[in-house]
Amino acid sequence: MQLTLWTYEGPPHVGAMRIATAMTDLHYVLHAPQGDTYADLLFTMIERRKKRPPVTYTTFQARDLGADTSQLFMDAARDAQERFNPAAMIVGASCTGELIQDDPGGLSKTLGLPVPVIPLELPSYSKKENWGASETFYQIVRHLAPLGPEASERTDISCNILGPTALGFRHRDDVTEIKRLLESLGISVNVVAPLDASVHDLLRLRHAEFNVVLYPEIAATAAAWLKRTFRQPFTTIVPIGVGATRDFIREIAEITGRDADTLLEQSESRLPWYSRSIDSTYLTNKRVFLFGDATHVIALARVAEKEMGFKVVGMGTYTRERARDVRDAAESYGVEALITDDYLEVERLVQELQPEMVLGTQMERHMAKRLGIPCAVISAPVHVQDYPARYSPLMGFEGANVLFDTLVHPLTMGLEEHLLQMFRDDFEFNDAAGPSHLSHGGHGPVKGQVDGGEAEPEQAQSFENNSNSIVWLDEAERELKKVPFFVRGKARRNTEKFAAELGLAEISMETLYEAKSHFSR
Amino acid sequence: MSVASEKLMVSAGQGCVDRPVLKQRGQQEVFCGLTGIMWLHRKIQDAFFLIVGSRTCAHLMQSAAGVMIFAEPRFGTAIMEERDLAGLADMNEELDTVVDRLLERRPEIRLLFLVGSCPSEVIKLDLSRAAQRLSQRHSPQVRILNYSGSGIETTFTQGEDACLASLVPSLPSEPDNAPKSLLVVGALADVVEDQFARLFEQLGITHTRFLPARLADDMPPVGANTHFLLAQPFLTDTARALEARGARYIQSGFPLGAEGTTEWLRAAASCFGVPDAKFEEVVSAPRTRARRAVQQYEERLSAKKLFFFPDSQLEIPLARFLGQELGMQTLEVGTPYLNKRLMAAELSQLPDDVVVSEGQDVDKQLDRCRDAQPDIVVCGLGLANPLEVEGITTKWSIELVFTPIQGFEQAGDLAELFARPLNRRTRLEV
Ligand code: SF4
Ligand code: SF4
Repeated sequence: MQLTLWTYEGPPHVGAMRIATAMTDLHYVLHAPQGDTYADLLFTMIERRKKRPPVTYTTFQARDLGADTSQLFMDAARDAQERFNPAAMIVGASCTGELIQDDPGGLSKTLGLPVPVIPLELPSYSKKENWGASETFYQIVRHLAPLGPEASERTDISCNILGPTALGFRHRDDVTEIKRLLESLGISVNVVAPLDASVHDLLRLRHAEFNVVLYPEIAATAAAWLKRTFRQPFTTIVPIGVGATRDFIREIAEITGRDADTLLEQSESRLPWYSRSIDSTYLTNKRVFLFGDATHVIALARVAEKEMGFKVVGMGTYTRERARDVRDAAESYGVEALITDDYLEVERLVQELQPEMVLGTQMERHMAKRLGIPCAVISAPVHVQDYPARYSPLMGFEGANVLFDTLVHPLTMGLEEHLLQMFRDDFEFNDAAGPSHLSHGGHGPVKGQVDGGEAEPEQAQSFENNSNSIVWLDEAERELKKVPFFVRGKARRNTEKFAAELGLAEISMETLYEAKSHFSR
Repeated sequence: MSVASEKLMVSAGQGCVDRPVLKQRGQQEVFCGLTGIMWLHRKIQDAFFLIVGSRTCAHLMQSAAGVMIFAEPRFGTAIMEERDLAGLADMNEELDTVVDRLLERRPEIRLLFLVGSCPSEVIKLDLSRAAQRLSQRHSPQVRILNYSGSGIETTFTQGEDACLASLVPSLPSEPDNAPKSLLVVGALADVVEDQFARLFEQLGITHTRFLPARLADDMPPVGANTHFLLAQPFLTDTARALEARGARYIQSGFPLGAEGTTEWLRAAASCFGVPDAKFEEVVSAPRTRARRAVQQYEERLSAKKLFFFPDSQLEIPLARFLGQELGMQTLEVGTPYLNKRLMAAELSQLPDDVVVSEGQDVDKQLDRCRDAQPDIVVCGLGLANPLEVEGITTKWSIELVFTPIQGFEQAGDLAELFARPLNRRTRLEV
């Protein structure tokens, strides 16, 4: 049993819903109680989809349990087929459905429905949402792809784009961007799946020469199977950031034997210049912490460190399936990866590291807000405002532009930072005033105003506890207040650490500046 | 139908309690009772709600509570895992460890609810025994109770009913010679509760308490001289539990709108023998204010056609209010569960031609809704945007649960909630 306040991933059947909802003519019959229909709102409210997800829930009740829940399932499946007339169906159970062991797969076989029915086994008590999406996509591909005709002779080079789903973080725009990029390489796109794909499209998967795996969390398993079965190679680089996009282009050149040099030469991202322009000097060594799914965390760590000139002080993922990749990446930045799905552990690490910026999910956004640390959202799970109306991919060269803006926006701008440092006593530079271009001022420390008075005492205490024996003299305390709030926590901790190492009982102004020079970077 | 024996008042021509009800069995697009935790954990300030369930339950809470994620919530989920189910771990021991850790982390908690879910019910995990065991271990600091908010037994607001019903046996006993007291039952926004408290006081009903109280140690006593008035329509089990403790039910409708609130207060007033003149003196000013506030919207709303999907059990009182005070016409009013006894006063004021449906078969109901061509549809979050895409104006029902709508001072706000989506649709020129 695991105590959870917030979860990074939903149950695996929600992953299956993301596949079904992405497609145009697939229907999902889910053996589940009525409360599980909440998942519809993820798609209709958070992502603002215009249609209800193509999901029929059997909504069995307690009184059905003694009677015949399998009949209920069969009726629901038959009715759904008749009403929605899908080109194929997937069937399975949610956590409660799994416990009553009705075997939706077997039951639907006995129905003899006139369309392909693909059974899903998604173990709810050990697996999670992304795994469920990956497994569902794999099962659909495995069942449908072989049914299509073999490829006829074709002259152009084509690929499939695999992995974008409903409720995906920026998937819609990533697809547009990558399609454009592939076309400029002279490669046509055969099928994009599962997003906006029909069942018929999946029958044509085998016609492509290779597969682009946009989101390994979703598509790696299916791509590996397609490679084994139809000898289609697949890409391994996720084109997020300028460097990764260029590597991605090279990888495709290698797979297809195309010449990519022209395209590489005219790569049109503004990020390299913006990052070199002197205004960006203040970004140097900004201490950043990253948390999210493996794909985005690995990619963004590279962007942060190599393309923005930040310093990665910590990173982690909830994608246990790809823990090794994240560990390797972390090691290359000299930090240790945190692999967890416990929000509180992430929060503890952020408090300990006191980064100047957090790149994370909606959970980290809230945590960072509470701690007064600037934050940008770079990975699912996300909220409604992370599905913007405007075009904003993360991938490709345009994606790199978007990332530059995303990563700079929450920070205090260059000169402003100097002014804040120099004129601490200006009455308008109070601690609650965030960067001046962020009008809502939500980035100041909000201690004490959390939850209408139910303050989170840990933040303040974490320092005071370990400094029980060390006393801050008034002058030093006053001086510390002049340090901008976004680095003050770090200054306090470092000074205390320094004093402790020297065995000092008091911290004077002198100690403060000694410590500053000791830790200066 | 056996309600006749309960001698309900049926005013001629106005509608009738003993009316046909369209019963639906099919896909129900309604939250489960866990969702009640969303407001209950804010209402009872030193209570914590620990769901014993699955990742789905945790995800439901998070998705439905997304907008309130800022503060650390006073609820959480003990997620059952494979090893628990396979019997590799003793679930009771695991639960004890989780509770120990939790209470250590949140020392201010005085009341802990263990909340059952579908998975815990299906595997028959005995949470009442767990609650007893843990209570002994953590008393007197923390009291531990249990109820089920599972989707196989409860819909949406029934979670609050189950929670309050679980509180009732632990309420202090009122002595037999205690003065006659009023108990107002059902979670209300604090501001609404304060308004009602003032009104009862002005009416001279001095012994008035509310269930749930804002603090665990402040829960009201109950006994044979307690007369209870339901502020919310979904409290079937709570009412039964209170009656089992000797308390007496004050038959009434619900305090929505100027007239609904008046009648609700009147039911209490006549139970407590408040003279008519006194009653008029107290309610006339706020009632006039409420009527005026509601009237502002009458022009925009009258004769508009309504269709309710089942959600919170507030549907029937809402349909009554919107018809009675704003001249709106309800085509179908769906409710997840119909308790004819508690709903008697409301049903009797509903015109005969309103279709009352209980339960749901969502696809069939959507067909009926499209055929009926209502001007405004009250429905859950999963259905709202897709209906808007079809050109049908919607009002999300969950907002009616999260907004203070009861009482005189909120009557205008309640009307406005229905006027806003219509207004928005006519204003937009894109
Ligand atoms: S319906 Fe059951 S399994 Fe689903 S969220 Fe509610 S309690 Fe949990
Ligand atoms: S910032 Fe918080 S409240 Fe606002 S949309 Fe995001 S999750 Fe919701």
